[in-house]
Amino acid sequence: MSAHDHANEHDHGHEHEHHHKDTFITKYIFSIDHKMIAKQYLITGLIMGIIGVGMSLLFRMQLAWPEESFKIFNVLLGDNFAPDGVMRNDIYLALVTIHGTIMVFFVLTAGLSGTFSNLLIPLQIGARDMASGFMNMISYWLFFLSSVIMVISLFVESGPASAGWTIYPPLSALPQAIPGSGTGMTLWLVSMAIFIASSLMGSLNYVVTVINLRTKGMSMTRLPLTIWAFFITAIIGIVSFPVLLSAALLLIFDRSFGTSFFLSDIFIAGEVLHYQGGSPVLFEHLFWFLGHPEVYIVLLPALGITSEIIATNARKPIFGYRAMIASIIAIAFLSTIVWGHHMFVSGMNPFLGSVFTFTTLLIAIPSAVKAFNYITTLWKGNLQLNPAMLFSIGLVSTFITGGLTGIILGDSTLDINVHDTYFVVAHFHLVMGISALYGMFAGIYHWFPRMFGRMLNKNLGYVHFWVTAVCAYGVFFPMHFIGMAGLPRRYYTNTAFPLFDDLQNVNVIITMFALVGGAFQLVFIWNFFYSIFYGKKSEMNPWKSNTLEWTAPVEHMHGNWPGAIPEVHRWPYDYSKPGHDSDFVPQTVPMGPDEEQLHH
Amino acid sequence: MTSLLVLVVLVLVSVAIWQLTKIFDLTQIGGNADNSQVANDNDNNVNGYLMFAFLVFIYLTTIFCVVQYGHFPLMSNSASEHGVEVDRLMWISMILIFFVQTITQALLHYFSFKYRGKKGNSALYFADNNKLEMIWSIIPAITLAGLILYGLYAWTNIMFVDEETENPMVVEIYAKQFGWEVRYAGEDNVLGKANVRYIEGVNTLGVDLADPNAQDDIQSNELHLPKGVKVVFKIRSQDVLHSAYMPHFRAQMNCVPGMVTQFAFTPTVTTLDMRNSSEMKEKVATINKIRAEKSKQLVADGKAALDPYTFDYLLLCNKICGSSHYNMQMKIVVESKEDFKKWLSEKQTFAQVLKAQEQPAEEVKTETDTTKVVVDSTLVAQVIEKK
Repeated sequence: MSAHDHANEHDHGHEHEHHHKDTFITKYIFSIDHKMIAKQYLITGLIMGIIGVGMSLLFRMQLAWPEESFKIFNVLLGDNFAPDGVMRNDIYLALVTIHGTIMVFFVLTAGLSGTFSNLLIPLQIGARDMASGFMNMISYWLFFLSSVIMVISLFVESGPASAGWTIYPPLSALPQAIPGSGTGMTLWLVSMAIFIASSLMGSLNYVVTVINLRTKGMSMTRLPLTIWAFFITAIIGIVSFPVLLSAALLLIFDRSFGTSFFLSDIFIAGEVLHYQGGSPVLFEHLFWFLGHPEVYIVLLPALGITSEIIATNARKPIFGYRAMIASIIAIAFLSTIVWGHHMFVSGMNPFLGSVFTFTTLLIAIPSAVKAFNYITTLWKGNLQLNPAMLFSIGLVSTFITGGLTGIILGDSTLDINVHDTYFVVAHFHLVMGISALYGMFAGIYHWFPRMFGRMLNKNLGYVHFWVTAVCAYGVFFPMHFIGMAGLPRRYYTNTAFPLFDDLQNVNVIITMFALVGGAFQLVFIWNFFYSIFYGKKSEMNPWKSNTLEWTAPVEHMHGNWPGAIPEVHRWPYDYSKPGHDSDFVPQTVPMGPDEEQLHH
Repeated sequence: MTSLLVLVVLVLVSVAIWQLTKIFDLTQIGGNADNSQVANDNDNNVNGYLMFAFLVFIYLTTIFCVVQYGHFPLMSNSASEHGVEVDRLMWISMILIFFVQTITQALLHYFSFKYRGKKGNSALYFADNNKLEMIWSIIPAITLAGLILYGLYAWTNIMFVDEETENPMVVEIYAKQFGWEVRYAGEDNVLGKANVRYIEGVNTLGVDLADPNAQDDIQSNELHLPKGVKVVFKIRSQDVLHSAYMPHFRAQMNCVPGMVTQFAFTPTVTTLDMRNSSEMKEKVATINKIRAEKSKQLVADGKAALDPYTFDYLLLCNKICGSSHYNMQMKIVVESKEDFKKWLSEKQTFAQVLKAQEQPAEEVKTETDTTKVVVDSTLVAQVIEKK
């Protein structure tokens, strides 16, 4: 087997590395070790997450009490953006824009996928490291650079990008249209271009590693579902991110060099602009060609993580392993041909709308399969309700609640009246935002011992989960109702419409839940940073899991295993298999003489 | 004051965290030091019950929202012909998803409670069952096929307008930062050509004044619609993307610079009838109660009280378009055909506006001019009546 040969070759290379001592810089900063890079991704992602969530709390306060002035606005946003504690209306839009950008790309793409793909792919397939450690390092540092540029853009005098995270031109192209479309938008585009380069390098590395570096016996149908999810996610990223890059480049041309790809017939600030023949609808197509798959780039890793954690903690095989793989592939394929459901009322041909309705509602089928398979995995299990397990069950819950409203939004007829209202906001926050965040939390609680050799405090974990779970529903469940009342999103205040006055107290309730939920994330942040240094020392395999990462020593070492890479003899889900003494049978345990093989 | 409040909240939150952690700590009995942070039977028990409690929480939240906010959704009392169909489909979908939500959440949380782990228990080795998986692929597929077919049928009826045979009244909606204007096509029911490059002075819509079709066009900053007449909106934008959203008519279409988009519907309820509908009366009463309450506070602070609210249909912007996106609205008035005729007759056509502008300002309109307006609008009204 070629994968095995390669692994052996790597063995020799690895022996040489033993003699070479890591300096602080090569170990902690410009590290090429996948475990260190995973930690770098995670911590950068968490810091970006604090910024992104913090912003959402600020604009939620503005929405709940639009007529009040808050000292905290002035303290955090400064005299320019929030004079006398009153948030400027374009800064409200800037916060919404940057919140979306940071959460979708920097936290839930890089922070989630970057962390766990890097950590788990080599460890779970039995490889010494990624196919290219150097490229992996570059990938992280480009991500870091793009994060820095995005954060710098917050300090631009005219304000950061304010055209919504979808940056539709002409609004994003013309500084006359909104101040944030000046330097702020330039920095946004530069940051995203670098981010895309980082993401592509990461994805290529994941794909190559999974295909080539699996240990002996690790066939594709013996891969843990985490790896399947990361693998397919990386492929979606490779297919769709370049399209966003081209959209961003064409937008840069329109903004800086006077081309007319997306602009035409514009009269603004008292003058006609020269643009002729472009179309903003073209931009929408290019944007959503990435934008929709992006939802699954965010969600699939979370679902993969959940599959692994639910099976381990239920002490049961994941139900329908092959169906789970098939549904990941089906979702990935369909995700690339549904982008038009974001554009039902964009002015594109209504016939296209019909086609996109059809493909969109098809996605509900593999999604339903996944949800039912999770539920069946819980049935007659011996559930170990660790914090990671709670977050995984929480994910299934929000995935169902949020997914179901997708049936309404995916139906072009119904989308007419709820498009761009708070109904959409509630839908996607539950189905991809909260779900993916839960997946990320679950992953952190589960693999923290693997990353740091210590355990997170479980009681703080329980408090974190239950308060978050209550607040997440408290925020997003009522939000559906104000959306169906016709309240548009991205309004600085609703006071201009007496029609919406009766919705105002709902906005207050939502904000209360958001503030409490946001505050309790500090429990997690505390737990995380405290436990890195002072957490209880963990056992080698604290969750009694079958997968390979728990056979490697906890101490940081380059190459993962001190001796030879373990061989794999079975699929990863032999939990509570009859005929075995313990309720788990690691993948490294050879098959008994008359043991039945489920997957080859 | 605010900072004190923030401080108090922070202290309370810290106390709450401390207490919650304590509760979980106290529930621990013994436990091995090595794996003290792995869930034990006690954790499984506590969190298992909490899972069940969470199911109750989800149900209670749902019931609370339906009782308290159930009147918010625009799912009844539609003011357009196709809106009835949209509402029906919405009801079907809503009932379906509530049903699925109730069952699946129950299974998920009940199983999490029922099968909470206990030392000595063992799980069932159950890895595959093709029949079960078949069932939950096929049932959603069939249900969705039904929804897709109904949805597409409604979509086709709404979006494909045959202007030849249906002969709808043509009205232009024109969006710009941050306001709306409308242009009626006049007696010929054809809009004159327009482009932003023609914008000059009073010609704010950029109409090609040389186009014969443009002469009878009528501009307005209030959208009046005759009840029972199909209207097709030709939608333009002057600067950035906007979205013409008319929630009470279940109508929405983006306004795209450089392109004309369209949406058509038939209004069925006049503004007056809508104001008098019991649902709307209730809503307006609630809103006015809130406004009165707020006014008391405002007056106490020495500010002006809020005006009482009267219902009007609105056209609002629903695509982020700039700083004042939150306040880009236009009143829509639906009235009887006669009232509409009368209203339109009082408006000047483009030709008249231009003529008035060319003439010296002191020259007052002659009587013949006024009659001409009346004649014109009668013709417009005739066009409408034919439909």
